[in-house]
Amino acid sequence: MELLRIDNVPEGFLSGLSSDETSEEYFLNMGPQHPSTHGVLRLVLKLNGESVLDVVPHLGYVHRGIEKMVESQTYLQNIHLTDRLDYLSSHINNLGYCLAMEQALDIGVPERGEYIRVMVSELQRIQSHLLWWGVAGMDLGAITTFLYGWKEREIITDIFEELCGARLTMNFFRPGGSFADVPDTFIPRIQKVIEIMHVALDEYNTLLTGNIIFQERTRDIGILSKEKALSYGCTGPVLRASGVSYDVRRNDPYSIYDRFDFDIPIGTVGCSFDRYWIRMEEMAQSIRILEQAVKDFPGGPYRSKAQAAYSLPQGSYYSQVETARGLLGIYIIAEGGAKPYRVKFRSPSFSNLSVLREIAVGHKIADMVTILATLDFVVPEIDR
Amino acid sequence: MMETRRDGYKNIVLHSSGHYLRKVATGLISLFSGMGVTVRYFINPSRIITQQYPENRASLQMMDRFRGHVMMIHDENDQHRCTGCGICEKACPNGTISVLTTKDLTGRKVLGRYIYRLSQCSLCNLCTESCPFGAIAMARDFELAEYDRQLLTFVLNKTQGGI
Amino acid sequence: MNQLPTNTIYPVHNFVGDMVRHHFPAAAGYANGFLTLVSLLLFVALLPVLLIWLERKVCAHFQARLGPMRVGYHGLLQSTADGLKLLFKEVLMPKGADKFVFFLAPILPASASFLVMTILPFDHHLQVADPAGGVIYILGISGLSVLGILLAGWASNNKYSLLGAMRSGAQMISFEISLALIMLLIVMVTGTASLREIVLSQQGTVLDWWIFKLPVLGLVAFMMYMISSTAEINRGPFDISEAESELTGGFATEYSGISFAMFFFAEFVNMFVSAGIATTFFLGGFLAPQIGIGAIDAAFNFIPGFIWFFCKTFLVIFLYMWFRWTFPRVRVDQLMYLEWKMLLPANIALLMVAGFFLAMGWTL
Repeated sequence: MELLRIDNVPEGFLSGLSSDETSEEYFLNMGPQHPSTHGVLRLVLKLNGESVLDVVPHLGYVHRGIEKMVESQTYLQNIHLTDRLDYLSSHINNLGYCLAMEQALDIGVPERGEYIRVMVSELQRIQSHLLWWGVAGMDLGAITTFLYGWKEREIITDIFEELCGARLTMNFFRPGGSFADVPDTFIPRIQKVIEIMHVALDEYNTLLTGNIIFQERTRDIGILSKEKALSYGCTGPVLRASGVSYDVRRNDPYSIYDRFDFDIPIGTVGCSFDRYWIRMEEMAQSIRILEQAVKDFPGGPYRSKAQAAYSLPQGSYYSQVETARGLLGIYIIAEGGAKPYRVKFRSPSFSNLSVLREIAVGHKIADMVTILATLDFVVPEIDR
Repeated sequence: MMETRRDGYKNIVLHSSGHYLRKVATGLISLFSGMGVTVRYFINPSRIITQQYPENRASLQMMDRFRGHVMMIHDENDQHRCTGCGICEKACPNGTISVLTTKDLTGRKVLGRYIYRLSQCSLCNLCTESCPFGAIAMARDFELAEYDRQLLTFVLNKTQGGI
Repeated sequence: MNQLPTNTIYPVHNFVGDMVRHHFPAAAGYANGFLTLVSLLLFVALLPVLLIWLERKVCAHFQARLGPMRVGYHGLLQSTADGLKLLFKEVLMPKGADKFVFFLAPILPASASFLVMTILPFDHHLQVADPAGGVIYILGISGLSVLGILLAGWASNNKYSLLGAMRSGAQMISFEISLALIMLLIVMVTGTASLREIVLSQQGTVLDWWIFKLPVLGLVAFMMYMISSTAEINRGPFDISEAESELTGGFATEYSGISFAMFFFAEFVNMFVSAGIATTFFLGGFLAPQIGIGAIDAAFNFIPGFIWFFCKTFLVIFLYMWFRWTFPRVRVDQLMYLEWKMLLPANIALLMVAGFFLAMGWTL
């Protein structure tokens, strides 16, 4: 498709091609269909030979109007729509929405329900990072990592299938707990996952992390400074790689995260390798949380009293959770009826993607792929 | 002066060749250990996880809570528990279910036809959760594809409710 | 061993050749030559079918899956089916492409591979030609492959293809230098550039193969050969020209049908040729491995030479596949850095040290 040009400059760019006859500048379209943009994202690059001079992302290819749809559905029905924002962290999205509702209606969650929430969220985080690892390796050329990462991920997907019946769009959490108790095989399966993940992480580090080709391709690529990261509003591993220690589970704990003992890995340089390494470390920390939760898992009820329908009193309510990508904020404006007036989702991938222009300029096309892989965004969350 | 310049060159040569050799050594070790990881999969066919699909259908049993399409539970006399209350129709987010009621011989409202449109269903499970009688459940089939869209609209009840 | 005449073209000295010479003594020269070329053509045509199947199965087993299983027993007919499909596809030409060059480009890499195949020594008496400057012939013909790729990128009238072709061209001509220097090393220690003589200079036990004969240098030279040849055939961690995740197809983006098939086949035949050269130079070619124990040696000698050649070549091909399915891709400038700043000094150092060893007489 032709680029829309205003005064012969494609939209979004600050300047056109240089008029020097010997310059090798040109525009290139990394189109909506591309093996490496994680989702349907269109990037227009201005290149000089092989170096990137400027990049403009074009969004909106996966826009489904979720924020409009939630205005015409009841609060309980909206939970299944939050699944589809960032479908790799669907449990955590559901959790964020339920937290906002519980804040509004002053609903508590029993102990067992809280432990279930933490365990399921951490499993979801590991699952998302496994997918990310596989795809990052594949983008860099090591196609085998895709198969290895998904092999382990399948074990966690089976746990979810047994828990709530679905493999991608979970719709499991409800205000006050979850819609069903965990099956008997839940704890044994998690223990199996913990064993397997210890071995798997060693294997992944040998295969990819220590590999000299990989290190050459990711060290000092796409350096994001602390100030830039904070001013663009990045969160999650992208922010932590730049040296800022902010994790919602530690700085603004929700559920019972303040009872668990886990570290927040921080990077130093803010390059692609730091972002990669932090996600590997996060997987190890999630396993730590799982071990502690499995040990102390209590009995008792899993949900406080269920209601057939919920209607929030008038007011505005905000909750934030740490998904695998960063800080997801859910802001509900209620008017006292059965349906919300407005729900705004603050998606971490949107802010993370906005630094692309800052950190990609000056690198090569191959580095662009590395940066996209380590930013780890999911386009449906950006477009909603 | 000549001594220091010669020493300077010597240092540069030693330093850069040391750097070169170190890089080569660490690089080769990392590459070989990576190769070791992959070859352990190659020589061990028991680590293959592929299942060959149509041949293994007999062993493909889904989990208990698997969310396939909605079905109505019938006993051995083809009786179901649905009363036509319509709670599931209201609970469904996208109008997949249409509960068409009718009057039985005593004039009571009973279920006539329970229309379910699989083409619109998001498999969210809200209908099953909300049913107070446990009349519907999620089935465990996953081979639901059809060539004709009209075949995706089902009537789930086998008999009319009531007398 | 009979004393074979020392002219450049050996007669095909086997059962078929003898029969033809017996029945048609006048036309024997032409008939034998024709039969040789036809059989080599058939071999080169059928080889990619086997190699593509092998690649897919090996790739699958590295990745904990099965690979093609349905078309034929364990997928043996899969590559035949794919080849037939490509044959029947419409051959598109993009608007504005240079027609002659567009259709010439795929022919060049295929011909280059075939031409090098003619001098590979499959066995004592199974070599189409043995020029005295065989090594120089190989180096010269490799240039044709580079030319084919550059022409393909240019003639496609497409930014992506041009980018891929330029990268590929730079890569191939850089690594030809390393390749030439390593072949020079072998020519230096062997004293001859004819491939058959190079193989025969490794007669003896297994330790007489050049990979072991030079104390440590043989192993180092073999590793450097593997790196250079992997880059030369656009494979493994050096496949930037076909990096699907970056440029969706590289220089062959605009090709479809039989033209694409020719590029694809040329790549695999090239892989076999590179592996064949590695076998000839380092692993003893068609010689059976002799380990010093009489009975085992006799058993090994019983197996004909070309079986050993193929075994060793497929071992090297397995190494190529192992590299490809383990390592991530190297970036273009890092590739150039690898060649010019890491491999080239090492090659020169290797030559100097090998020369010194030879002068001192320190070979095994």
